Amino acid sequence: MTGQVRRLAAGGRIDRSRPVSFRFDGRTYTGHAGDTLASALLANGVTLVGRSFKYHRPRGIYSAGVEEPNALVTLRGEGRHEPNVPATRVELFDGLEAQSQNRWPSLRHDAMSVVGRFPKLFAAGFYYKTFMGPTRRAWMVYEHFIRKAAGMGDPTSAPDPDRYEKAHAFCNLLVVGAGPAGLAAAIAAGRSGLRVILVEDDAEPGGSLLARRDRPATDWLQSALAELASLPTVRVMTRTSAFGAYDGMTFGLLERVADHVAVPPPFQPRQRYWRVRAERAILATGMIERPIVFADNDLPGVMLASAAQSYANRFAVLPGRRVVVFTNNDSAYSAAEDLRAAGAEVSVVDVRPGLPEALRLRMSRAGIALHPASAVGRANGTRAIASVDIVPFDAARPAPARVRTRLRCDLLAVSGGWTPTLHLLAQRGCKPVYDADQAMLVAGALPEGFAVAGGAAGRATLAACIESGMAAALAAAEACGGAPAAQGRAPAGRLPDERADAAITPVWTIPAPLGRRGGKMFVDLQHDVGADDIALAYREGYASVEHLKRYTTLGMANDQGKTSNLNALGILAGLSGRTIAEVGTTTFRPPFRPVAVGALAGPETGLHFRPIRRSPMHDWHQEHGAELTTTGLWLRPWYFPQPGESRRDACARETAAVRRTVGLTDVSSLGKIDVQGPDAAEFLNRVYVNGFSKLPVGRARYGVMLRPDGIVLDDGTTSRISEHHYFMTTTTANAGKVMAQLEFLLQAAWPDLRVQVTSVTSQWAGMAVSGPMSRDLLGRVVTGIDLSDGGLPFMGVAHGHAGDIPVRVLRVSFSGERAYEVYAPAGYGMALWQMFCDRGADLGLTVYGVEALGALRIEKGHVAGSELEGRTTLADLGLARMASGVKPFLGGALAKRQGLADPERPQLVGLELADGAGTLRAGAILCDPTARYRKRFADGSPVLSEQAPAPAAAVFTAANGSGHMGHGIGFVSSVTWSPELQRNIALGFISGGASRIGSEVDAAFPLYGELTKVRVTAPHFVDPEGERLHG
Amino acid sequence: MLRLACPYCGERDYVEFLYGGDASGPMPELADDDIDRWTDFVFFRDNPKGEHAEFWQHLHGCRQWLRVVRDTVTHRVASVRPARDEVPAEDEKRVEVA
Amino acid sequence: MTHYSAFSLFREALRGNTGWTRAWRDATPKPAYDVVIVGGGGHGLATAYYLAKNHGLTNVAVIEKGWIGGGNTGRNTTIIRSNYMIDGNTAFYEHSMKLWEGMSRDLNFNVMYSPRGQLNLGHSPAQMDALARRGNIMRMNGIDAELLSREEVRQRVPILDYSDHARFPIHGGLWQQRAGTARHDAVAWGYARGADAQGVDIVQNCEVTGYLREHDRIVGVETTRGPIRAKKVGLAVAGHTGQLAAKAGLRLPIETHVLQAFVTEAIKPVIDCVVAFGAVHFYVSQSDKGGLVMGGDLDGHNSYGQRGDLPIVEETMAAAKALVPLVSRLRLLRHWAGVMDMTMDGSPIICRAPVDGLYINGGWCYGGFKATPASGWCFAHTIAHDAPHPLNARFTLDRFRRGHQLDEKGMGPTPWAH
Repeated sequence: MTGQVRRLAAGGRIDRSRPVSFRFDGRTYTGHAGDTLASALLANGVTLVGRSFKYHRPRGIYSAGVEEPNALVTLRGEGRHEPNVPATRVELFDGLEAQSQNRWPSLRHDAMSVVGRFPKLFAAGFYYKTFMGPTRRAWMVYEHFIRKAAGMGDPTSAPDPDRYEKAHAFCNLLVVGAGPAGLAAAIAAGRSGLRVILVEDDAEPGGSLLARRDRPATDWLQSALAELASLPTVRVMTRTSAFGAYDGMTFGLLERVADHVAVPPPFQPRQRYWRVRAERAILATGMIERPIVFADNDLPGVMLASAAQSYANRFAVLPGRRVVVFTNNDSAYSAAEDLRAAGAEVSVVDVRPGLPEALRLRMSRAGIALHPASAVGRANGTRAIASVDIVPFDAARPAPARVRTRLRCDLLAVSGGWTPTLHLLAQRGCKPVYDADQAMLVAGALPEGFAVAGGAAGRATLAACIESGMAAALAAAEACGGAPAAQGRAPAGRLPDERADAAITPVWTIPAPLGRRGGKMFVDLQHDVGADDIALAYREGYASVEHLKRYTTLGMANDQGKTSNLNALGILAGLSGRTIAEVGTTTFRPPFRPVAVGALAGPETGLHFRPIRRSPMHDWHQEHGAELTTTGLWLRPWYFPQPGESRRDACARETAAVRRTVGLTDVSSLGKIDVQGPDAAEFLNRVYVNGFSKLPVGRARYGVMLRPDGIVLDDGTTSRISEHHYFMTTTTANAGKVMAQLEFLLQAAWPDLRVQVTSVTSQWAGMAVSGPMSRDLLGRVVTGIDLSDGGLPFMGVAHGHAGDIPVRVLRVSFSGERAYEVYAPAGYGMALWQMFCDRGADLGLTVYGVEALGALRIEKGHVAGSELEGRTTLADLGLARMASGVKPFLGGALAKRQGLADPERPQLVGLELADGAGTLRAGAILCDPTARYRKRFADGSPVLSEQAPAPAAAVFTAANGSGHMGHGIGFVSSVTWSPELQRNIALGFISGGASRIGSEVDAAFPLYGELTKVRVTAPHFVDPEGERLHG
Repeated sequence: MLRLACPYCGERDYVEFLYGGDASGPMPELADDDIDRWTDFVFFRDNPKGEHAEFWQHLHGCRQWLRVVRDTVTHRVASVRPARDEVPAEDEKRVEVA
Repeated sequence: MTHYSAFSLFREALRGNTGWTRAWRDATPKPAYDVVIVGGGGHGLATAYYLAKNHGLTNVAVIEKGWIGGGNTGRNTTIIRSNYMIDGNTAFYEHSMKLWEGMSRDLNFNVMYSPRGQLNLGHSPAQMDALARRGNIMRMNGIDAELLSREEVRQRVPILDYSDHARFPIHGGLWQQRAGTARHDAVAWGYARGADAQGVDIVQNCEVTGYLREHDRIVGVETTRGPIRAKKVGLAVAGHTGQLAAKAGLRLPIETHVLQAFVTEAIKPVIDCVVAFGAVHFYVSQSDKGGLVMGGDLDGHNSYGQRGDLPIVEETMAAAKALVPLVSRLRLLRHWAGVMDMTMDGSPIICRAPVDGLYINGGWCYGGFKATPASGWCFAHTIAHDAPHPLNARFTLDRFRRGHQLDEKGMGPTPWAH
């Protein structure tokens, strides 16, 4: 253990009574509660923290905030392993594990750093100009290595053990940022009774004030926090970042509930994602200091001036003993004073000539050497800064100059000016405008509902920040109709006098000193984009900011260019002789700061990714060992295997029972719609292709409905319960679509029709009793219904009771056997089901699932999902004759279109193996055995282009099954083993349809290299005359 | 978050609603079997950049179909009315499509 | 134009990279051209490139409202595939695939076409049947495809959720090895450079505000930089096709919708191919830089606002975690949106407009990127010959009237569902 060699004896906001032990790259260190990982590393004298993305250059800690471009580390281990975390935003906790990234074998000795020796060779966009040969597949080879070299941290494959929550909040006013402006705004708004949410990314409110040591400022903070706590309508959310601003004044917030502890407390999520809907929003998001670009400005030990000040004042860490402050504006002077006061030897290098007396006095009083009209031309050192070369500098005519003097130092604190944080505004399409006086991008025309305050609005002094915060809050209060708020400073108290002494002199780059060559001038530190890369991009015509960004990848790293953006614009402006205003800027996209995927997914994960719909009899199915399958959101019994039974065995047993004795299956998932009203009959007439007006009460009818474009939407039975009351069933898959279409037609197209439709899918449990003995079983269970063929004929409907349970019985059949669909209120479903099971045992009652259901319906040629696939017409399904000729119906007109009426369209047929050999598979393509041609267009040009041929493996030739090309003449839609016929049978669509019955065609399955001879049959395999329905 | 003020249920996030698309309507008479008129109604759109009349159903609320006028750039909602109360404007702009 | 190669790269590096020249000229518009292509995205630039290369038409200008490649070319998730089933789509997209295979060398610009393979997952027996039908059609058209079992899927992509906690268990998948990704910006820049080298003018920051007409024929465009006459005007402005068609008095079977895209922070390689979820609309791949690039559903209502809303963000991230659990602690770095021409059958339009002198290329839904080369190839042919290439013969406007929709998904005329 080296000890906290850089820890100051006194001061700071850390808790010296609580030492905290942590590990970095395997070594154990100690810090204090209140430290960040970055401040603790600095306290321990650790300056080399990571390696850069492209050149693997050594990098240290550059900032003290969310803008950190260099110090990315990997945290924790196993499932909590988390790459690419800025050390400046990691709150220290006991046992914290952190590793450096993107280095091998070690951080000190990184093999890939050799790349950094040839920056010119690996300049911007080099990969667009090479790696193109020798073969057309060469890129795949190069790419393999490039991908390995790229990336930053390693992900984990262990599952994430933590929970995430989603939450909603509403407020009158959202204040983003709890610095002076945000605090003042929240207080003012709170005083006027507004419901306020104040969001702060940091662990405690205060913003820039946390990094100050002057009494007036810290006093103000204390009293402000005190008053804030006294305001009942203000909610302060710390460790929370407002990452996005969306439509309708909705904001995305991420609350880091437990990232500052080793493991989330019991019943607490790791993070909570908030959707906040606000009436107004005040952005008090402050500013980010920007660097000045010079040779080797990326060395560990180069740091933003405000960061150095923050480490000294807030964290009681002396980031350097010999400090050079390099600036072009006044703000860095207080940093210099504070570092000096903390015991460092400090000198200031300022590009500005003729500095005002006031500044000179302050410096000499503090014992700080001042170098006006000078600049840092280069930083020297290997893995850490050792010295800087000072050159004379004239901002008006910047030119390479000889080194005047070399200053030894272990810290270079840079300030190139400040950039307001306007990301949330930019996300709303607000274009920033350039303020030349302050050399910063400020907000342009504000979107409705938004205000900006404090640093974000370009305010420099504490007084100005507070004032603008108050003003914005009062305006918001007015807009929200809040009570008139108390005027005046919030809260009262003497504020420091901070008038600026001299204006900023914008400087983007310092020309490399004459003499020694080399040295890279970094603009985007995280992506290793240099000033020379920008020049190259410009030279090659990538002159628009967006082209520049995309060609050089500037601003596209994890920090999204928070420190590099404006410098790049300045450099580009210089190259193109335009102003920054003319150059414009790229668009910021959400999130402002990266957000964990898990947090946005929230609890909708694993089995909860989507809701599960279960039938009222679901528990019974599970208790009786059903294999389940999904249909849409529904879980349905697939088959009920007995010990040692395969799916096929089970299915065969279940179907056999239905054909010979009696079976029971759960049809609760079928869509059920209650249709009521005087015009119900007329309505059904319009939506079904076949007529319903003449359907007598007590009878059901099979119906098909089309989409407006003439394609079949769905089928099902609809029964007439009473004069004005119909009960419609739909397929499980299309229930929602059908309901929406019916409601649309009634409300938006035919509001004159007096009809109500109600979805009753979940209100009714449904079960089908099928088989020769179904009536016997029904007779044992149901009372109050005459089950004789006269009393309840095929397609009859009746109501009765099963014990005390009211039931609705439809005599319909999907299996082709005598069968009944029995419906009961959902709550009785289980009881009724149990009744059938108990009383059917001696009849050989067998429960069956959707696999058997499918086999039975295929044997009967009934269509289902695989046939109703959204492209088939009535005629395709062999149902053309159902269409009424006497009344119009929805979809009728467009069904007459040439392409849909084409007699050559594939139509529904049955299929079976021609000579028992081979396999029938769904998805096989049906081909005319007499036509073994390579498909050509009318003009004779081949379908496939004359470009290089596809890989041999891909081409489907006689060698792997057939010479068939193109799209064939149809396909196999559904296949099953028919226990009844003891052979495989299938449904499919084939051009020519019924006219081909008896003929043989090829079923091509090139995926398996199969070509099978199949015979075309009628789609009804079992009992085509339908005698069993009545038998 | 786009929010729609359902006349029956109040303002709600759009995720409670089912989108129904273009409401410049009107749907031809069912008895009208003119393929061109139906084709224009079913397939062709004005697709304005600006105010757009469109259908939404408050699926997870009152299930009412609504006729909404919404700006397709700003997403500002100008009006939300029950579809049944709206007689959609007769649609002038038609073109012969080769 | 400097020829790009490892050698030139080395030579210029020694000269401090001062010798490189512009990739394309920043042209100022001439008063008249043979052909004006409206839209400097991949499709427009490819069209200009093939007009010059295949048809010898070099008196051509590409007019771009902003900066080239700034529309959907620069916003999409860069997936390339040719796993199409419907006759009319199959051959077109396969032709595109073949052009991708030769593109870098043809353009002497590395577009990083990376045939890393795409996996389309199936989560039920019925879905596997549908994938089989698709795969068989592909194979019968000389397109590579393999039907994978659950185990084969697990071997290829071990990081998916194969646990009992998967809401939609993986039954298997359809694999196309030649599918993959490419560097989207490079496609625009490569075609621009290639077209420019053949004399095509690429005019940026020039917005088309209307058309020049003589009698009932279109003879040029009005722009923010003055009128430009042209014998033929081609639209390649997907996302805004409806807007520019309306200026010509046309109504199209197109709605404009917003599609979002997402990228995580850069990490070391974890996924080597493109994976498409079968239960919900979601797909993911990993960029060469290391970010996981993801896409999901449309926001679902007409929009020209190039920004997405939160529900689809949550939706897509939930799908990501459901399919690839390890993404849970990775961070979403950036999400953005593009505006799509969504047609009534999900398939594109490349044809002569009902107005003489005007040609339409649009309706790409969100399959436009993979189609870029074939789209340019066919549009150039259509413009040059006043007749479609066999490959785009079915991408007509009147297919809806005639009942010949090319509906890959069977969704019908609900553009936001395709």
